[in-house]
Amino acid sequence: MAALCRIEWHGIWFVTGTFDYDLVVIGGGSGGLACSKEAAQLGQKVAVLDYVEPSVKGTKWGIGGTCVNVGCIPKKLMHQAALLGTALKDAQKYEQWRPAVQNHVRSLNWGHRVQLQDKEVKYLNVKGSLLDEHTVKGLTRTGKETMLTAKNIVIATGGRPKYPTHIPGAVEHGITSDDIFWLKESPDVALECAGFLTGIGLETTVMVRSIPLRGFDQQMAGLVTDYMEAYGTKFSWRSVPKSVDKLSSGVLQVTWTDEQTGKDQRDTFDSVLWAVGRAPETKTLGLEKVGVKLNKESGKILVAADESTSVPNIYAFGDIGEGRPELTPTAIKAGKLLARRLAGRTNELMNYDNVATTVFTPLEYGCVGLSEEEAESRHGKDSIEVYHAFYKPLEFTVAERDASQCYIKVVCKRGGDQRILGLHFTGPNAGEVTQGFAMGFQCGATLTHLKETVGIHPTCAEELTKVNVSKRSGLDATVTGC
Amino acid sequence: QQLLCGENEVYDYDLIVIGGGSGGLACSKVRASQITLSKPTLPPDLHLSSLGGTCVNVGCIPKKLMHQTALLGTSIQDARKFGWELPEETVKHNWETMKSAVNNYIGSLNWGYRVALRDKNVNYINSYAEFIESHKIKATNKRGKETFHTAAKFILATGERPRYLSIPGDKEYCITSDDLFSLPHCPGKTLVIGASYVALECGGFLAGLGLDVTVMVRSILLRGFDQEMANRAGKHMEEHGVKFLRKYVPVKVEELEAGTPGRLKVTAKSTEGDETIEGEYNTVLIAVGRDACTGKIGLDQAGVKVNPKNGKIPVNDEEQTNVPHIYAIGDILEGKWELTPVAIQAGKLLARRLYAGASLKCDYVNVPTTVFTPLEYGACGLSEEKAMELYGQDNLEVYHSLFWPLEFTVPNRDNNKCYSKIICNKLDNDRVIGFHYLGPNAGEVTQGYGVAMKCGLTKEQLDNTIGIHPTCAEVRLITDQLQSWCSLANAKRPARCWAVSTTPTCGRRALILPSWSLFLTV
Repeated sequence: MAALCRIEWHGIWFVTGTFDYDLVVIGGGSGGLACSKEAAQLGQKVAVLDYVEPSVKGTKWGIGGTCVNVGCIPKKLMHQAALLGTALKDAQKYEQWRPAVQNHVRSLNWGHRVQLQDKEVKYLNVKGSLLDEHTVKGLTRTGKETMLTAKNIVIATGGRPKYPTHIPGAVEHGITSDDIFWLKESPDVALECAGFLTGIGLETTVMVRSIPLRGFDQQMAGLVTDYMEAYGTKFSWRSVPKSVDKLSSGVLQVTWTDEQTGKDQRDTFDSVLWAVGRAPETKTLGLEKVGVKLNKESGKILVAADESTSVPNIYAFGDIGEGRPELTPTAIKAGKLLARRLAGRTNELMNYDNVATTVFTPLEYGCVGLSEEEAESRHGKDSIEVYHAFYKPLEFTVAERDASQCYIKVVCKRGGDQRILGLHFTGPNAGEVTQGFAMGFQCGATLTHLKETVGIHPTCAEELTKVNVSKRSGLDATVTGC
Repeated sequence: QQLLCGENEVYDYDLIVIGGGSGGLACSKVRASQITLSKPTLPPDLHLSSLGGTCVNVGCIPKKLMHQTALLGTSIQDARKFGWELPEETVKHNWETMKSAVNNYIGSLNWGYRVALRDKNVNYINSYAEFIESHKIKATNKRGKETFHTAAKFILATGERPRYLSIPGDKEYCITSDDLFSLPHCPGKTLVIGASYVALECGGFLAGLGLDVTVMVRSILLRGFDQEMANRAGKHMEEHGVKFLRKYVPVKVEELEAGTPGRLKVTAKSTEGDETIEGEYNTVLIAVGRDACTGKIGLDQAGVKVNPKNGKIPVNDEEQTNVPHIYAIGDILEGKWELTPVAIQAGKLLARRLYAGASLKCDYVNVPTTVFTPLEYGACGLSEEKAMELYGQDNLEVYHSLFWPLEFTVPNRDNNKCYSKIICNKLDNDRVIGFHYLGPNAGEVTQGYGVAMKCGLTKEQLDNTIGIHPTCAEVRLITDQLQSWCSLANAKRPARCWAVSTTPTCGRRALILPSWSLFLTV
């Protein structure tokens, strides 16, 4: 019966040459929503399909994607709760702020729904999959089917946390970031998200197989974890989990191998949170059938510079695109540009270079451009100059807080005006500090520009305009005085 | 006339720097073999050696620490909404604890500077300097002992001190920012006279500590700053309990009762009529401006020209006065920014030009700055008024937005109060010539934009920069939204897009959902 329907639908658009929609977007997250709203504003007839497959633990949420529901937004709010705790040094009640955070998230879900309606974007809470290059099938939770035809199809389904399925007990007893923001009871102890969990007073251990923050500048990653350790989070380095068992008391027993000694260790926790990477949602999309090519290893969709896939009118972007940064603002921008290109309003391609980002650990880390390692590997150690400084935020002085890991590093091309290749900052409000410098980066800022810019006093950001000690000189890089 | 050779044989020093503040110290440290003279500050008993000038002792540093104290008070309120369980009684603030902690930190900075100067072989003399000839000064210390020194070159970096009102009772009963940061007792109910950033910042943090604060303003707020931003910052203060008495000038201050603090009666007259009002306060803080310390240092003996109206010293673009071997930097300069980092930058570069063969001059254009009012205001470049004056309204495009920082959402405060705008010059590739931001961490946000503007940031480059999420700094992403709004409105694109966007985008939708403005950034 289904096959018959397919052929019939195939026939209809093939014969009439008209489609139900100009654009169907599969995925209602940061990227998908930006793209569909932009397209609608440009006069296209658009439908967006969004469907949340419940997590293993059964957690589900509304429209808005990872960022709004189980990512950036709740993460930053909980990080803020923890920071306020540092300001107070008091005990906390998880039950109190969780509802506040969730209320805010729900208001964002609602807001997205209303915005779509305002812009006349058709929203369908169905799980989309491709039948052919112009037809999308939508499946509701109860199994009811809908068909839509579209001139162009955009896939923006993002990723979901990976479970290490090869570890016994991992799936049954562990949770992921999908669940942590929605739990009814306080997860008394959890791996990852350790920063804010420690901040609200929970005993937290982070188990790391090899290196922290893979892909980031490793010196900076080290400062971040040093601070967390000083702050109270425990780290179990070079540890590979082997199994998770639930004991009769309800507590979870985790067995792991210490790679340094080769011996097995064991300890008990109330919660185990897996944060070992995210995998794209491509399996149930019907991609192979239609001929959309994937990267075999990562499962991500292979895309060209204009977000097109191997099938002419099918596009993909956001976390699901191979080689793309997994960031909300990047997805939003790419989505908008794609919508404009599809409506014939521009030829502009998305620029994925020089994207600034911030890790919201207890000591925040903001960066733009290359890590020191990447700069060395691309240009050679002798062709780069690294300027750095250890500084102390004014707010830490009277509060007598340890600022040993507050650090700035500017990686430059050696010679001439010394073009900035990478800029790194650990300290409070790293996101706010880094944003403007990212703009400077976009304009091709050099060290000369940096030094010619007068600092704003007293701030942490001004230290970036004052860097002058190079690593090569071997001199003490501690900032003294005001 | 200097001898062509044997310069060092003629004079005691290569360089004498008069003033040990931000500017003076910066240029001293670049070059060894010189002396720095610092005027003893008043009152002398509070700081053993108050090296560091205004910024360290009675300016930026204690100001920001007390501002931070007030912000922490707000955080405590926020914390409850995030689930922190605090005792039900209002958390109170202890002035003495804060003052001691701040002063201890300042003391450590003073000490640090002494050590730094010593390390660099700079001779530091804690005496009052006065020119008696163009190459010779007389230095008088606290005890009246006089010494004489000559130098090939001089740098004046004497800074400023707060101005008084010249009304009965001002010097006897009122305090200034020089006194506030080390006041031994809590100021209590305070009247701040003035509308400078000093007045608003001090009024702001005093209110944040829970004190009853009134600000008396003669005409406008933050003269010289973008008036739309100034008024928004002021409005926020008003909404948070600071009382404003607009269009009044004080005429006399009387003491009702001595004490720590005592009780003072202030009489003020309206600037628009004959109305007079009276008020009673524990403390009256005068913050109506600062005067350059150039009156009593014998500049006439050295032949240095001074603007008689304000005591400031005109210099060329190399900070040189009309007397070739005498230079000046910092707050005393005519027509330049009164900011610590500017003084430091000017001082360093000057010293390098004089002694290290450098040629780089201090760039006074696009200097970023921040006013640390309760809702902070960061700016770089031109105000909207100045931009219109220079380029004409039709040649400008102003992009703006109201926004709600994520951290304010859960505690549900200050919705749609934060605001940012950029002013672009259409004639010059849409170059960003003004950046204004009213919101938390304004200093941190604005600094990087300062670098970008130095690189000649255009609207296009700004649009091409991806935002960091979630932050306040990414708010300029709103400009995309505004662009599309303009086309949607189907109207001829107005020169100032903001008229279109404000009401429908922020106003209407804010009615439906308080969190709507967050959307505008996503």
